[in-house]
Amino acid sequence: MNIHEFQAKHILRSFGAAVPNGQPATTGDEAAMAFSALKVPKAVVKAQIHAGGRGKAGGVKLVSSPQEAKAFADGLLGKRLVTHQTGPEGRLVRRVYVEEASAVARELYLGMLVDRKAAAVSIIASTEGGMEIEEVAAKTPDRIVTETINPLIGLSPYLSRKIAFKLGLKDKQVNLFATLLSALYRAFIETDASLIEINPLVVTQDNRIVCLDAKMSFDDNGLIRHPDIRELRDPNEEDPGETEAAKYDLSYVHLDGNIGCMVNGAGLAMATMDIVKIYGAEPANFLDVGGGANTEKVAAAFRILLSDSRVKAVLINIFGGIMRCDVLAQGVVEAARQVKLSVPLVVRMEGTNVDKGKQILAESGIKVIAAADMADAARRVTQAIGVGA
Amino acid sequence: MSILVNKDTRVLTQGITGATAQLHTRACKEYGTQMVGGVVPGKGGTSFEGIPIFNTVAEAKRATGANAVINYVPPAFSSDAVIEAIAEEMPLIICITENIPVLDMVKVKHYLKGSKSRLIGPNCPGIITPGECKIGIMPGYIHKPGRVGVVSRSGTLTYEAVYQLTQLGIGQSTCIGIGGDPIIGTSHTEAMALFNDDPATDAVIMIGEIGGTDEEEAADYVKHHFKKPVVAFIAGQTAPKGRRMGHAGAIISGGRGTAADKIAALEAAGIAVAMSPADLGSTMKRVLDGKSN
Repeated sequence: MNIHEFQAKHILRSFGAAVPNGQPATTGDEAAMAFSALKVPKAVVKAQIHAGGRGKAGGVKLVSSPQEAKAFADGLLGKRLVTHQTGPEGRLVRRVYVEEASAVARELYLGMLVDRKAAAVSIIASTEGGMEIEEVAAKTPDRIVTETINPLIGLSPYLSRKIAFKLGLKDKQVNLFATLLSALYRAFIETDASLIEINPLVVTQDNRIVCLDAKMSFDDNGLIRHPDIRELRDPNEEDPGETEAAKYDLSYVHLDGNIGCMVNGAGLAMATMDIVKIYGAEPANFLDVGGGANTEKVAAAFRILLSDSRVKAVLINIFGGIMRCDVLAQGVVEAARQVKLSVPLVVRMEGTNVDKGKQILAESGIKVIAAADMADAARRVTQAIGVGA
Repeated sequence: MSILVNKDTRVLTQGITGATAQLHTRACKEYGTQMVGGVVPGKGGTSFEGIPIFNTVAEAKRATGANAVINYVPPAFSSDAVIEAIAEEMPLIICITENIPVLDMVKVKHYLKGSKSRLIGPNCPGIITPGECKIGIMPGYIHKPGRVGVVSRSGTLTYEAVYQLTQLGIGQSTCIGIGGDPIIGTSHTEAMALFNDDPATDAVIMIGEIGGTDEEEAADYVKHHFKKPVVAFIAGQTAPKGRRMGHAGAIISGGRGTAADKIAALEAAGIAVAMSPADLGSTMKRVLDGKSN
């Protein structure tokens, strides 16, 4: 799960990290008031959307008066901001963040993430702040420092100092950096984060080290222990189908094709998308109904699939292990009746109670195209929409 | 022969009072697996369908002589159950539980280093040596005893592969689901090394998916050390970047972990890659037939 910059900064501040003062605003007037409340000569107004590249896209501005803050906020709010991460449709700006401006002497990069290869949390730092770290890694890999934290020991001060010296920090900056890093690591562990990215991390002209931007992502599996963080979810930043699917504990990802897919198991679901493509069509989604799907879940999955107007046919591919084929068939029959199925439906079932499942479908009166195996299913569903061999 | 489990394996169920654990403990027992005990803190002295329940792994191990555990403990507490099993030097730990927080697995993985335990999973279907021992949630009847090993990050896609093999009359030596999480106990490479040393395995199907570099590392291992034919498939050829495809580990991030990269690495290692998931069994058949000719 991702959160907004202002939320991430609020969390990091609560762990003792140095973050500029700021306030969120949802209207131009609120932005003006936020500017006045900061009592600083200059502030930065920043669009709050779940995407990077806001500065280059015109979503960030330095302002010197409440009027200027209001004018810029009014220009952003309610508009779609297009950055290189949003896609051409952009993201609707519903909130801005008004923050005291910092006098920057140096810009650095700092990232902390779960490193699957090391099976630990790793720190990535670079002298090239403000740039995309992937770009730095490609062009000047020597400017990147990576260190892995032993989870049984935690973040040792020596490791923080080692990174600080490699970044060219000196004197009191070294300890300031170590203090900041230790605050970030505590925040990471105590919130079950999967990523903290501070880009840029700045050294100010008065020699402080401050998080100028902040991005935090969380391990969805860790949210169970952090109801306060779960509250920060912004459904406006998520696909409506995906939000709906999450309510039923379905794993759904919206894609651009027109074959709706319903599968049990993530690997088989990906493989089903792949075989649809091999037969010349494009999947409209990834959907894993999971192992313990019941009639209600199957029906919800069906509704979500068909709520996408681009879906021209539905392919169900179930390998019943834990899931019994008769339960699935019952769910499909009920769902098809509820939603008044109007597109071709291809069903491939195998596994536990498959004969009973096939019988239920056959006797339902619903028009089902039965497939013998995965290849046959892909062939039939692509034929149904008039593509493929 | 087989790898890791056989008819002599004695299994404890951690979290045996849960509904899923009971369903599958019963199914494993019916398959012929020696399900010798359960562990649930506070339920020691009770039993489930004749299987005695203990408060701790230590007591259960002492009383039953178990040498494997299967873990169905809910996600928030599952890693603690794994750590208990490692502490008691349980040789084989199979963790079925899905949705374990990744930072819990970071600790488990470090505790495993230098321990006497092997962990399979989490978020996996388990392991089966057909006809001898099933420790997991896979449907037993699709399997057939034989000489092809199967290793996979995915559950139902493993069933698909096994089913295709069995339909073609090709039996399996051992099938392992290593799990779909970013941090897992046993990698593809470690599983391949076990199959390499198993005289009862003639060839292996390896099923990977997008995300991470486990398949690339396994390809490198196969290229330099593996002595038997390998067939592979990578799920997620059509998956978009930056989106988690169900499994927490199935995500293309920072431009790495794509299906194309993995397929290229596998092919460079001389592995027969099935491009379609419908061709897993037939590709293995072709490879085996070619070998015997």
